Amino acid sequence: MAGRAGEAGVSSAATTPSGISAANRQRDPYRIGHDRHAHRDGGARGHGEGGPAPKRVIVGFGFWIFLLSDIVMFAGFFAAYAVLAGSTAGGPSGRDLFDLQRVAIQTGCLLASSFTCGLSYVAATRRNQLQVQLWLLVTGLLGLAFVTLELIEFVEMMMQGAGPDRSAFLSAFFALVGCHGLHVTLGGLWLLTMMAQIWVKGFRPRIMRRFLCFNLFWHALDIIWVALFTIVYLLGAGM
Amino acid sequence: MNWFGKLDWSAVPLDQPIPLMASSVTGGGIVAVLFYAWRRGWWPYLWREWITSVDHKRIGVMYILLALVMLLRGFADAIMMRSQQSLATHGALGYLPPEHYNQIFSAHGTIMIFFGAMPFIIGLMNYIVPLQLGVRDVAFPTLNSVGFWLTASGALLVNISLVVGEFARTGWLPYPPLSELAYSPGVGVDYYLWALQIAGVGTLITGINLVTTILKMRAPGMSYMRMSMFCWTSMASSLLIVAAFPILTATLAMLTLDRYAGFHFFTNEAGGNPMMFVNLIWAWGHPEVYILVLPAFGIFSEIFSTFSRKPLFGYRSMVMATMFICIVSFFVWAHHFFTMGADADVNGFFGIATSIIAVGTGVKVYNWIFTMYGGRVHFQVPMLWALGFVVTFVIGGMTGVLLAVPPADFVLHNSMFLVAHFHNVIIGGVLFGAFAGYEYWFPKAFGFRLHEGWGKAAFWLTITGFFVTFMPLYAAGLEGMTRRLQHIDNPAWDKWVMLAGLGTIIIALGAVSQIVQLVVSIRMRDQLRDVTGDPWDGRSLEWVTPSPPPSFNFPVLHDVHGEEAYWSIKQAAIAQQRLPDEPDYESIEMPRNSSTGFVTAFFTSFMGFALIWHIWWMVALGFVGAYATFAVFAWRDHDKYEVPAEEVARVDRARRAARNAEWLAAQGKPA
Repeated sequence: MAGRAGEAGVSSAATTPSGISAANRQRDPYRIGHDRHAHRDGGARGHGEGGPAPKRVIVGFGFWIFLLSDIVMFAGFFAAYAVLAGSTAGGPSGRDLFDLQRVAIQTGCLLASSFTCGLSYVAATRRNQLQVQLWLLVTGLLGLAFVTLELIEFVEMMMQGAGPDRSAFLSAFFALVGCHGLHVTLGGLWLLTMMAQIWVKGFRPRIMRRFLCFNLFWHALDIIWVALFTIVYLLGAGM
Repeated sequence: MNWFGKLDWSAVPLDQPIPLMASSVTGGGIVAVLFYAWRRGWWPYLWREWITSVDHKRIGVMYILLALVMLLRGFADAIMMRSQQSLATHGALGYLPPEHYNQIFSAHGTIMIFFGAMPFIIGLMNYIVPLQLGVRDVAFPTLNSVGFWLTASGALLVNISLVVGEFARTGWLPYPPLSELAYSPGVGVDYYLWALQIAGVGTLITGINLVTTILKMRAPGMSYMRMSMFCWTSMASSLLIVAAFPILTATLAMLTLDRYAGFHFFTNEAGGNPMMFVNLIWAWGHPEVYILVLPAFGIFSEIFSTFSRKPLFGYRSMVMATMFICIVSFFVWAHHFFTMGADADVNGFFGIATSIIAVGTGVKVYNWIFTMYGGRVHFQVPMLWALGFVVTFVIGGMTGVLLAVPPADFVLHNSMFLVAHFHNVIIGGVLFGAFAGYEYWFPKAFGFRLHEGWGKAAFWLTITGFFVTFMPLYAAGLEGMTRRLQHIDNPAWDKWVMLAGLGTIIIALGAVSQIVQLVVSIRMRDQLRDVTGDPWDGRSLEWVTPSPPPSFNFPVLHDVHGEEAYWSIKQAAIAQQRLPDEPDYESIEMPRNSSTGFVTAFFTSFMGFALIWHIWWMVALGFVGAYATFAVFAWRDHDKYEVPAEEVARVDRARRAARNAEWLAAQGKPA
């Protein structure tokens, strides 16, 4: 019987210092359609093929599943917003409150931060410590600008008496937008931890896997913002 | 400024003897157990080998231990409810005042579902799935430990509510506007919200972990259509966890914002919409039903096949039915509130969808029956639970299809008929499945079987008690008795309530038998020893390894050649009259233990308690502590240890020797 020892999921490539380029070559045995001549049972033919995927694939995949669950949670808040969008209880509506110019700047900040986040990962694949730190710093500052603008918006609305306790519409608005803002803030906390880790520990496979997850997280925040920008602000300002 | 928020001495119910007595007995018991462990010097062992363990098997056992304790706790609530209703007839008031009775039925449902059934099912999945897939651990071992301890943290908060403050009086799902601050100003609903939020994060982590494990980590050759049925149903259940639990998180967060920050999601005023809560909570709640019952279906599939000595009938149709249920479970939620006022089209859609989902279950029932047909059926305890399940569950399924018809539901909703129905499917499906899995896999986990006689006694008492309790409640419901009554005004219902009380006593005897069985089995463990690792003549990969399995599960990863991975290996060995050749043993890297889970949950428990009582400095402290724990964990460099090849060889050679000796003995040859 062909036995395979070694810890499940860690291939030799993940432990070599050559790092990410080697890690990128790690194949996922369960990638859909990876073997066109495979048996119809999903590729495994009982000759020792398949087996646990490399650690990098497992971590990336698991994090994707987490992101999907996070998006489902946002879907709950989106659904609540959709139901309550018209329930202004005689209070102000989106048309009265939203400042599209500021929201446009916010969007610009967040999209740009996603770009710089991507650049930091590219720099990491080149093992360029200085560039990684620089791009992460820019990413963090753009994120900070985004959150600050959002807070200014929230405070302004509350000063006008349009806080979350004014109407169901505003409750749903503050919860949905605030939940996204909270994600960006916690993402910022993660970003600082990540910068420190890369600075101290360098580009080990463990750190690189975590850095990949951070990138996925940051981009996912963008995706949610695009939906939020469209459904809440654009549609809301038009209503 | 009050340093302890809303908390003061009035929170301790010194004037109520029942909760005080119950909690002092429980608390005393816990202290006694902890003290005994300290006297025996077990703490270092418990800390090293269990509390900080990231081994999926240890975590699975701890999940089930938590579940067993909480099942007893929930059952105590059930006994109180049944006895209260039996006593409070003909104008008598019983011994539980209404405001206490309300807390008991709320706690009963919450505990049974979230801290009894869920940990039991998750514990079994945790223990068995990696073994059946033929791998060494789950995808994220440390996160697995975090998930368990967060669940335990939620359970702790629910039980603290017994002594400090109160629990929710709003039922197991806190419908607004009753659960809003205006109508439930106490901390009961807050206990509910934060306990579930914390435990829910733990459940979500487990779901992500199991989905990743099943989709990305399988033994070589273990294709999807070669996975055992339990792996399939566990995957379906985990997918449902990933897709449904975030909805619960969002919904509870909305109610929390209403209660803490004056939001208007579900309030009566300012445009809030209470029915939105009901929709959202059941969009999670109905998939939750299948999260619980699908793994139970998987357990029964394994048992029917093993104890009939036949492959599972209709494996592919079973897979199809499982995934069908997995998807359709998201299209039936409105059948929980047909009377809400949706129009006939909406109710019609959900009624039909509900009836259709029963088709998937019907396919499974026939497959189980045909698995037995023509097989050599062995009536051991796991099989008894499985047979009891089929009979019981079919009855529960039929009353479910009846309730799925909107006009019938208008008559029966909120009645004892409904109560009887969901106990019929949850006890008959999930609990019987959990007990069957417990009996079936106990020898794998501990290396000795459970006592057969006491197991049979437990089965017969439980199933008899179940029918005596819940069949009368169907009748009472048809006669118009509504649920959650603190006393009974209609003398026509007396006999049913009395019978149900009698049934509860029989179930209690069943529970006692189960405890006795465990004690007796531990004392007789040498007679009940499982030396080969394969006590039931099993068919899937968990039986190829010794009982209890070594930390690394398998000395070498097996190369799977077909369905029923172990059966083919075993048959080949029998045909050749010898075990396969000894493989080349290599050293194995395993993840190191970590206190991350326990320490995180420690801080999270404080944070939850502080949030309930508005102690904001403690909230901040808890958050910083939990974050710091994660940062420290992320900082460590050495996360693996190596099991030397000699140790691997020693474990495997011992198993091979035992297996050989047993075969030779079976053929009448000297070992």
